[in-house]
Order: sequence, then C-alpha cells, then structure tokens
Amino acid sequence: MGKHVLLIEDEPNIIEAVSFLLSRDGWSVSTHSNGHDAVDVILLKRPDVLVLDVMLPGRSGFDILAQVRSTADLQGLPVLMLTARGQLKDREMAERLGATRFMTKPFSNSDIIKALHEMSEV
Amino acid sequence: MGQLNLLVFVSLAYVIGLFAVAFAAERAARTGRIKWLRAPLVYTLSLSVYCTAWTFYGAVGFAVRSGLEYVTIYLGPSLVMLGWWWIVRKLVRIARTQRITSIADLVSSRFGKSNLLAVGVTILAVVGTTPYIALQLQSVTQSFSVFAEASDGDFDQSSQSAAALWIAIVLAFFTILFGTRKLDVNERHDGVVMAIAVEAVVKLIALLAVGVFVVWGLSGGIGPMMEKIDASEIGTWDVNAGRWAGLTFLAAAAFLCLPRMFHVMVVENESERHLRMASWAFPAYLMLMSLFVVPIAVTGLDLLPANSNPDMFVLTIPLSQGQSGLAMLSFLGGLSSATSMVIVASIALSTMVSNHIVMPVWLSATGNGASVSGDVRHVILLSRRIAIAAIVMLAYLYYQFSGGGSALAAIGLVSFVGLAQILPIMIGGIFWRGATRIGALGGLSAGFFIWGYTLFLPSFGEGMIFSAEVLTQGPFGMSWLAPQALFGIEGLDPILHCLLWSMLLNTAAFCALSLVSFPRPLERLQGAQFVNVFQHGGSARSWSSTLAQSEDLMIMAQRILGAIEAQSLFRREAAVQGIAGLVPQPTPAFLDVLERELSGSVGAATAHAMVGQIVGGASVSVDDLLAVADESAQMLEYSNKLEMQSAELQRTAGQLRRANDKLTQISVQKDGFLSQISHELRTPMTSIRAFSEILRDSDDMEPKDKARYAGIIHSETLRLTRLLDDLLDLAVLEDGRVSLNVTLRPLSEVIDAAIDSAGVLGQDTLRIKRRAPREDVLVRTDVDRLAQVFINLVSNTLKYCDAPEPELNIRVYRLDGQITVDFVDNGSAIDPKMRDVIFEKFSRVGETKAGGAGLGLAICREIMARLEGDIIYLPGQGSCAFRVQFPAELSLKTENV
Repeated sequence: MGKHVLLIEDEPNIIEAVSFLLSRDGWSVSTHSNGHDAVDVILLKRPDVLVLDVMLPGRSGFDILAQVRSTADLQGLPVLMLTARGQLKDREMAERLGATRFMTKPFSNSDIIKALHEMSEV
Repeated sequence: MGQLNLLVFVSLAYVIGLFAVAFAAERAARTGRIKWLRAPLVYTLSLSVYCTAWTFYGAVGFAVRSGLEYVTIYLGPSLVMLGWWWIVRKLVRIARTQRITSIADLVSSRFGKSNLLAVGVTILAVVGTTPYIALQLQSVTQSFSVFAEASDGDFDQSSQSAAALWIAIVLAFFTILFGTRKLDVNERHDGVVMAIAVEAVVKLIALLAVGVFVVWGLSGGIGPMMEKIDASEIGTWDVNAGRWAGLTFLAAAAFLCLPRMFHVMVVENESERHLRMASWAFPAYLMLMSLFVVPIAVTGLDLLPANSNPDMFVLTIPLSQGQSGLAMLSFLGGLSSATSMVIVASIALSTMVSNHIVMPVWLSATGNGASVSGDVRHVILLSRRIAIAAIVMLAYLYYQFSGGGSALAAIGLVSFVGLAQILPIMIGGIFWRGATRIGALGGLSAGFFIWGYTLFLPSFGEGMIFSAEVLTQGPFGMSWLAPQALFGIEGLDPILHCLLWSMLLNTAAFCALSLVSFPRPLERLQGAQFVNVFQHGGSARSWSSTLAQSEDLMIMAQRILGAIEAQSLFRREAAVQGIAGLVPQPTPAFLDVLERELSGSVGAATAHAMVGQIVGGASVSVDDLLAVADESAQMLEYSNKLEMQSAELQRTAGQLRRANDKLTQISVQKDGFLSQISHELRTPMTSIRAFSEILRDSDDMEPKDKARYAGIIHSETLRLTRLLDDLLDLAVLEDGRVSLNVTLRPLSEVIDAAIDSAGVLGQDTLRIKRRAPREDVLVRTDVDRLAQVFINLVSNTLKYCDAPEPELNIRVYRLDGQITVDFVDNGSAIDPKMRDVIFEKFSRVGETKAGGAGLGLAICREIMARLEGDIIYLPGQGSCAFRVQFPAELSLKTENV
C-alpha cells in the first residue's frame, strides 16, 4: 500500500478527478468535503500528505491550516493548498500560515502528482 | 508817443527775455545740469519776490507820507531771516517730509488733511492777494501814464484802464506760459525761480542807479544829501512805538504767510543749507533796496511840483532831469517787481485753487479716486491756467472798482493784514501739538471775518460797500460795531486797528477752541509729525542722490523681491543708464521702475514710502502710513479670504476623503467580486482540465468511465456558459443599457412559460399550485424579463426546497394597478440574517451543490428595478417565500428608453 493522502475539497467533480489520479498513481486516498470537522478527520486519519482547499463550506482552509500547524502532532504534516481565487494574497497567506506547497486551480495532473511525491519524500 | 511805443517795445522784449531765461533754465534742469540753478544765491535772490512794485515805487511814497515808518516793511522780513530763520527751516523740513505744495496744503495737512481748512486758506489767500495784484497793475499803469505824460501824450482815465487791462492780459498770458507748462509733483519751477532771480538783480540795479543818480548826480554827494535830509520833515524821528512794532510784526507775518513767499521760500527750496546764505544775504538785499528811499523821497519833494505823486518819484525824478535812459531802467525795475510778484503769486494761488478746490470737486464729480493719470494731469493744468487768468482778472476788477486812486502802501498793507491771519494757526500748528482743526477753523474764520469787516471792505472806499454812515456810526447805529472803531476804540490807524482786533480774536479763538475740542487721530499724528519734525528725519539729507543710496535700495529690493530678481532688475536698469555692473544711478526714472516692481510685492504706498525713506531722506508721512495701513487691511482681507478658502478646501478634502472611502469600499467589493468570479470560473475549469488530462493520458480506460468523465466535462462546460451568460446579463442590467421589449400579455401565460422553462413539467418532484382566475390579468411590460424572474424563483425552489414533498404556491394579487405575485414553497425559511444578502451577487445559502454561481437573485432584483417593481424575501410564511411586485402597465417614459 502506498502513502496515505487526505483530500479535503467540496467540489464533487474535483474530488472524483483527484481521487482517480492519485489512486492510479499508487496513493491511498481519503476524502472529506466540509470544513467543520476537518481537523478531527485529519487527526483520525493521520495522512502522510494533506491536500486542502481554501474555500470550504463551514470553515476556511486557512483556519484549518492554522490549527494544523498549532497542533503538536500535526506540525510536520506536509500540506498542499489549493485555491480557485488565484490571488497573490491567498498565496502569501498560505505561506505565512505554513503551507508546504500552494497550487492554483486549474492545475495540471502531473504537477499535483509530482508535488505530492516531493512533499512526502522530504 | 514815440517814447511810449519804445517803452512798450522794451517791456515786451524784457518779458520775452525773461521767458527765454526761464526756458533755458528748465531745459538745463531737464538735462540734469541743475547745480548752478540750485545755488544758494539763486534761492536768496528769488526771495526778493517780496519786493514788489509796492516796495520799488511805494516805499518812497510811504516815506514821504509817514517818514521812516517805511523801514518796518524791510525790518520785518529781515528780523525773520536773521533771528527766526529756524521757523523757516522748520517749515522747509516739514514741507519736504510731508510733500507740502502750498501754504493751504501745509495748514490742511497739519490739521488732519482738513479740506475745509485748505479751502478756507485758499479763499483767504485769493481774497487777500487780489488787492496786491491789483496794486501791481496799478503801479505799472501809473508808471506808463507817467511816461505818457512826460512825452506829452494824452493818457486819460480811460486810457489808463485800457492799459491796465492789457497789462493784466499780458501778465496772465506770461504767467500761464511760465508756470503751467508742465506739472511737477513737487510744484517746483526751476525756470520761474531763475527768472525771478534775474529780475531781483534788475530791480536792485535800477533802484541803486536812481539812488546813485540822486545822491551824486543831483545832490552833490553824501554830505550835502545828509544835510538835505536833516532839513526835511522825513528826517525827523517822530516814531510812534506802537505803530512801529505793529507794522514790523505785520511785515514779518506777511513774509511768512504770503502765498508767493511761502512758495519761493518753502516749496521751491532746494536745501536747508541755502537758508544759511539767505539768512544774511536777504536782509542785506533788503537794506540795499531801502538804502536810497529817503534820499529819493527828499530829492523828489525838493525838485518836483508839490502835487506830483510821491509813489512815482523813482520814475519822475530821472524823467524830470531828462534822463530817459535811467528812467527806462527804473521803469524796468518797477516792471520786474510787478511781474515777478504777479507770476509767483498767481502760480501759488492757482496751485491752491486747483489742488484744494477744483480737484476735489472734479474727483468727486467723476468718481475717480485714481492716481494722477494723463487725463487728470490735463484737468489740473487746465484748472490752473483758468485759475491764473481768473485771479489776474479779479485783480483788474479790484483795481477798477477801488478807483485806482488809493496809495500803493495802503493797498499793500490791507493784503498783509489779511494774509497775516494764517500766521497763528501756522505757527501754532508747527509748535503746539494741542492745536486742533476746530481751533484752526475758528481762528481763521474769526480773523478773516474781522479783516474783511474792518479793513478789506472799507478799503473799497466810502459808498462802495459800506456807506459813510455805517463807517462812522456803525451798522444800524450801533457805534461799537463801527468797522474801523470796534468796541469804541477810536483814533487808531485802520491798519493797526484791524491788526490788533483780528490777531487778538484769531489767536484767542484758535487757542480756546483747540483747548476745548478733541483732535481726531489723524490730526494727532500729523501734529506730532509737524511739531517733532526734526526728531524724525535725523540730519537733513539733500534730495540729490548718491550711489550709496543705490546700495541701500538694493539691500531693500533684495529683501522684498529676492536676491536674483532684484539683481537682475538692477543690472537691467544699470544697462539702461549705460553703466556696467549692478549699481545704477538713482535717477527718477530708475526709482519709478523700482517703485513699480516693489509695489507688486508690498503695495504702492508701502513701496513709495520705502523708496522715499532711502532716497528722499523723508520721514514717512501719515498719508503714507495710512496708505500702508490700507494695504495691510487689504492684505488682511486677502488673508481672511485665504482662510475661508482654506476652510472650504478642508470641506472639500473631507468630501474627497469620504468619496475616497466609498471608492475604497467599492474597490474592496470589486476585489471580492473578481475573487468570486475567479472562483466560479476556475472551479468548473479545474474539473474539466483534470478529466480531459485523464482521458488524454489513459489508454486503458473502461468505456463506462470514459463516458462518465466526458459527461462531467460536458456539464461543467454548460455550467461555465451559464455563468458567463448570467454575468453578461447582470452587467447589461446594471449598466441600464438594456432595452425593454414591452408587450401586452395575460399574466397567466407568463407564469406558464416560466414554469415550462424551469423544467418542472417533466419531473414530479415539485408540485405547483396556482389559481387561474386571479392570473387572468393583462400586463403591459417586458414579459420575457418578467418570465426570467419567475423562472429563477421556480428553479430555486427546485434546487433548494428541502421539504420531503416539495410544493410551490403561486398567488397573484391586484391592487391599484400594481400586481403582486408571491412564490411560497414548503421548504425551510431562509435565515433572517441572510434575507438581504441573498440578493447580492455570488451569495448562496447553504452548502447545496446546485451548480448556481449565486447570481440569479441579483439578476432578478436588477430586472424588477427596470420594470419599476421590486422583489423581496417574504417573511412570516413559516417557509421560504418571495414576493414580486410591478405595475400592470409600464410607464411610457421607461418604455421609450
């Protein structure tokens, strides 16, 4: 079994596409689609890599990231942030809060796979 | 008659010669060679304008009638010049610092620029001087008639008055030529002064020549002459001390107050240093003039028939001895005396009349308070010319009315007493700070009235103004009011009587009224300036200018204009003068330019005062100060305006700040909007890209998966298209550029079409309840747009209604031409906090994945606004409900848009 990736995203079509991609690449994929209990899910599932959307129902991805980084067990977790807003200040915010990588939608499939490999191997 | 013609010819030639001298002097002054023109000797000689035909001819007559009393006429001025020259010096200093142009100006300026006083003094001067000018006409006419009789001509009374008229016309003509050729700011006339100096020499030589002829030619030397004098009545020292003192005082007062004396002595004065020479040279001149009066008088009485006129002895003695050449010289001497007096007196008077009477009237009539422009100059010169002609003609009329018979000395003294009325207020004005305008007016009026009543009017002779009865018994039989015996004091000489009473009452009124009245601020300031004139200016500086002044000017100019500008101005002006470097000569032209430049920065009055301070050595006059204050007030006003503008700017800034805040807010909203659009566009694109890459990169894919992924791509593409359509629709609606397509349609059809389009009919998930009769109403509006709103509401119910069995009630109400359509479903109500927000762009309620971008209700609201209606969330239904309202008929106004 490959490494475990958790995808937190609310758009069903994107969840389906990313799950398909990563499974085919050998990842063990879990998904979650709202922000309220995202941190609990992370703590429960203990993924090797986290893919986190910014605009989530219930709670923003930035909030979740901040809590992840302030949670002792999760400080080293590699986090890839995805956003569809495409604004510079989102990228800055993500970096300040401690995101490992940041990608703007739409992204290329090979890019996201490559990024996840790099993040999980460090 | 040949000799008379010769005389006329010589006289005219002499006057023309004088004119040539004056002309040459003025040209020399214009070209700057004025040094010899402004010598102390010329100043001293010009003072000889005091010695008129009265002195030339009349002194001998005076001596014949009253013995040595004639000396008082010379003694008064001599005492002033020897002992009281400091009064003259003070007058000169004041005149310079205050730019005084006449004695009327002096008095008016001292008493707070009172024009009333100026007018009073001017009238007094005109009235007082007229007999004096008449006197000159009389003496020249008499001398003509003497010549005429000597050459056996027939020169009767009518010829005499014709001659007097001609003399008056010629004198007026030459005075106008001399005195009003140009307008000088300082009222200086170099040419006139020069001509008077020449005349002073001519009359002195003429009188000395006659004297020498009398003593050595007729009497055989000094010794025999003295014996003859001792033998005659004149030689007896029968001196009335009171008369002597009175007449000496009178002559001294007249010397200071006569308009012509004030003019040559004060106004035409070039430098206070000239007074030093004049203080001894002028008494010496007077002594020479008086030296041979007694010998001539004694000889005349001795040689000539008993009834001959002693006033003409100077002329008749040489004529009787056949000395026609000497007689001619003597005549020229008399003519010189007369012409110089008439010229200077009428120039001085015309200045007063034009400055204090004509100009104020003209300026107030034209409402033109502006500075002297070419136009005003023209008016001034014209008024002066007319004034000169009028004054001389007035004198001619006086001569005619007074009969021409009075003795010369008597007329002269009448004038002296009249003008002496100015003395108290003048001396009081420059030495007593407490003197006030009211006091001056009172004193002047009292003196003028008493002089007119007791001396001037009676001088016309009995029966002319006053009847003999009034003169002796007083008006209405009140003897204490008899013009020449006021308050019962009889037996005094009319001159002394008048002098006593007028001076007494004049001074008393002046002092008393000054003490009880309160000076205005301007009077107080001017009083201090006049009385303390020597404390202001420091040492008297000459008007002549030096390069040191230019440097001072430069320092000042740099302060005001800034170094670079001032230096370039000075360099430019130096270049104009042909001087290299930065220091031009302070010529009037340069000073004008400098003043103009400075006035641009500090105002005209201030600039004038500053330049005057440096160049003129003049202290700043109250006029200047007031003008400066005016300017300061204007600047203050300007600064107030600036403050107001500043307050307005602050208001504007506040408005701008608020506008900016609003724009910032809008900008934030726009950022949010863009961010929203970006999200709404990128989300479907992400799916499309991901699945299209999967399809591209996967060869071994299940056909089922393939079809599924292609379907997702397809639906996401539709979502994108819908989004773009909505955005464009909203943009057009918000812009107001949408054109409405108004048609008439039953409302039921519109609702039918909407339900159809929303895709309800094919499904059985939503039940729609309607009441057909209520919908049976015609609407005239853009029915397609209205349908679009209905579609939105129906499909929202389809998407969001969370009831197990979704149901939509569509109810129609009509009221006053307004149609209301309610859409009420049975799902949960919208959170009250969200009820306004749902109409904003990109707002969505809940987490339902209905595929909308959140633009639907925003579009509905825009459409309803265009249709003059509204769409609101309808609370109080226990479920989700919307209300649409609009007029059944869209107004024409909007329809035509």
